[in-house]
Amino acid sequence: MNASELKQGDTAMIHHVEFSGLRNKLIEMGCFEGNKIKRLYTAPLGDPIAFDINGYILALRKEEAKLIEITLKKIES
Amino acid sequence: MNPNKVKHIVLAGNPNSGKTTLFNALTGLHQKISNLPGTTIEKKTGYFNIEDQKISITDLPGTYSIHPKGEDELISVGFLLEPQDAPIDLVVFVADAGNLSRNLLLYSQVADLGYPMLLALNMNDLAAKKGISIDIAELSKHLGVIVCPVNARNEIGLAKLKEAIIKVDSAHQSTFYDGGEISDSNFFSNYRHFLQDQIHKLKEEDPEQAKKNELDVSAETTARYHKIDKILSSCLEQDAKKNKNFTQRIDSVLLHPIYGFLAFYFTLFLLFQLIFKVAEYPMNWIEIGFAFISEALKNNLPEGMFSSLICDGVIPGIGGVIVFLPQIIILFALLAVLEDSGYMTRVSFITDRLMRKFGLNGKSVVPLIGGMACAIPSIMASRNIENKKDRLITILVTPLMSCSARLPVYTLLLSLLFIEKDQTWVDLRGLILLGMYLLGFVAALLFAFIFKLILKQKEKSFFILELPDYRKPRLKNVLFAIKAKAGDFVFNAGKIIVLVSIVLWFLASYAPGNKFEEIDHKYSNYTAEDKALKIQSERLEVSYAGILGKTIEPAIKPLGYDWKIGIALVTSFAAREVFVGTIATIYSVGDPDDEKTLSAVLASQKRVSDNKPLYSIATVLSLLIFYAFAMQCFSTLAVTYRETHSIKWPLVQFFYMSGFAWLMSFIVFQIFS
Repeated sequence: MNASELKQGDTAMIHHVEFSGLRNKLIEMGCFEGNKIKRLYTAPLGDPIAFDINGYILALRKEEAKLIEITLKKIES
Repeated sequence: MNPNKVKHIVLAGNPNSGKTTLFNALTGLHQKISNLPGTTIEKKTGYFNIEDQKISITDLPGTYSIHPKGEDELISVGFLLEPQDAPIDLVVFVADAGNLSRNLLLYSQVADLGYPMLLALNMNDLAAKKGISIDIAELSKHLGVIVCPVNARNEIGLAKLKEAIIKVDSAHQSTFYDGGEISDSNFFSNYRHFLQDQIHKLKEEDPEQAKKNELDVSAETTARYHKIDKILSSCLEQDAKKNKNFTQRIDSVLLHPIYGFLAFYFTLFLLFQLIFKVAEYPMNWIEIGFAFISEALKNNLPEGMFSSLICDGVIPGIGGVIVFLPQIIILFALLAVLEDSGYMTRVSFITDRLMRKFGLNGKSVVPLIGGMACAIPSIMASRNIENKKDRLITILVTPLMSCSARLPVYTLLLSLLFIEKDQTWVDLRGLILLGMYLLGFVAALLFAFIFKLILKQKEKSFFILELPDYRKPRLKNVLFAIKAKAGDFVFNAGKIIVLVSIVLWFLASYAPGNKFEEIDHKYSNYTAEDKALKIQSERLEVSYAGILGKTIEPAIKPLGYDWKIGIALVTSFAAREVFVGTIATIYSVGDPDDEKTLSAVLASQKRVSDNKPLYSIATVLSLLIFYAFAMQCFSTLAVTYRETHSIKWPLVQFFYMSGFAWLMSFIVFQIFS
């Protein structure tokens, strides 16, 4: 499963970023293995998508979100 | 440290962490600040004293990491890797306390370059609201550097920070990462060289090599993050219950798939309403004021050439520009509010999908909206667009947005379109004016699309953007933006207008050889009144200005212009708003009747060939279109040259815009005449 498939409001754990020209950039922005990611908002027409990454908002295009492999995780209240 | 020696410190940190706000607070300068990542696009140096110690402080554009993606990041990283002028004695790293983990990534990379570091923990008030509390002493112990909590916005904690700046020895090192298991033992000695190597490769645009290096780097980045998180687990506490923040509540409306779009359109609507409706009142007062000054001078100065230069050229020319001050103030103030509140990044987010279709990027919206004020700073603001092609297209099309210099021209022309019409003209004029802005935007999208098809894509376009927390716009900040821009506008435009008016007046008042004498001789038998009129207009025709206009007349005749308008087109290359003053000077030189207003004078002009009104609807529309599209701003071409490092792009910009302007004006004139 990748981050673009995450449902609005759901939180997941990042476990891998696919190799591409943007891999290091995405990791630098906080999408590293073990960090939490939550889908916050979706722009009109479904793209781009805004995520909460450890307390800040990061907007990514769908294409970039697809590079982020995640595992769904139960939300702790 | 020797107090006579200047201590060189550098401000580094992530975008939007408050570096420039801190820079302004320390130096007392007023560099532009806002709640928009990537506001600072150049390095700036200022000076201040701590007791007897002289300090030079350099503010750098924000960067997310030591591996730059955008042009603005490259400036910072380049400076840190290869300091210019003087060695760096201390790096004051400004970190957003609300987002410490990501901020510390860059911190760790800069520390590993071997610089003495000082950590300024900024925006603690916002972090506290998010439920974040940080153990400063513990953090300081782990990093091995002094940590100073500051609030740059409210100038809290500056005394302690200054104390620390003096205290840190310029030989102090506190490296962070040792390379772990993924690198050899020479990690530090090689780190700077490795990065320098990368930067040079980046400049050479060698994507193959960059890809090869990438694998190593992402493993290193992940390792750094894991070390950072380990440190933070011992000194940062997050109270999840408190984290129901203000920003998310606003965004649930402003980034809503439906309400969000509505909110965006409403914002634009409000912007234009305020610019055109509210500004109307002060604009009227200014117009009346200038008419009064001109009249008073005319009555008190001795009649003659000099008086006519001042009263008919310089004063109306300056007045024609000052009149737009209220609109420009409102425009700049509203843009400052949009940027400082944090909404501008949301606009990028909402529009990215649309812009992508046209070869642009959500980030292009900032230069395009800014282009309604002035293309020059807007083209520079494109530096934070990482993709080279997206950025180049943004630079090329931004001048198509109707800037504030076009306003005086549009308004004069529109007053001709609706002269002696009924009372509804105010609304119609506003409507057409709005249409002109829309036309500029549509043309910008059209050409962006054309360039998208023509230009080759070397790298993948992407959109990775931080949306900062909403903040209350700083009134002081908005006022400084107004003061700087308005002052700039009046002073620069005023300077050019006076200069152009004087040059033009000379060109119109002198002719090669003894042409003037010949004309005088020709009309020696006429009555005094007739003679004055004929002589004046024939004199203009043979003057240097007339020769200039006549030379380009064949090129502009198909658009419905005569050689007098040609003169104005030529002088407009100094600045578009000069058009008004030029027209005023030309017609007052040619027409001894000083009583009429400029638009009345223009309305009474006849075309020589068929004796029909020169400023017919067709001609005026054609002129409007010409000014909307033509590249008539030398400063913009200069800035395009500077940003693209190539003479090719300003030339492309000049020819595609002016060619399109000519073609569209031609079509419009032919349809309406």
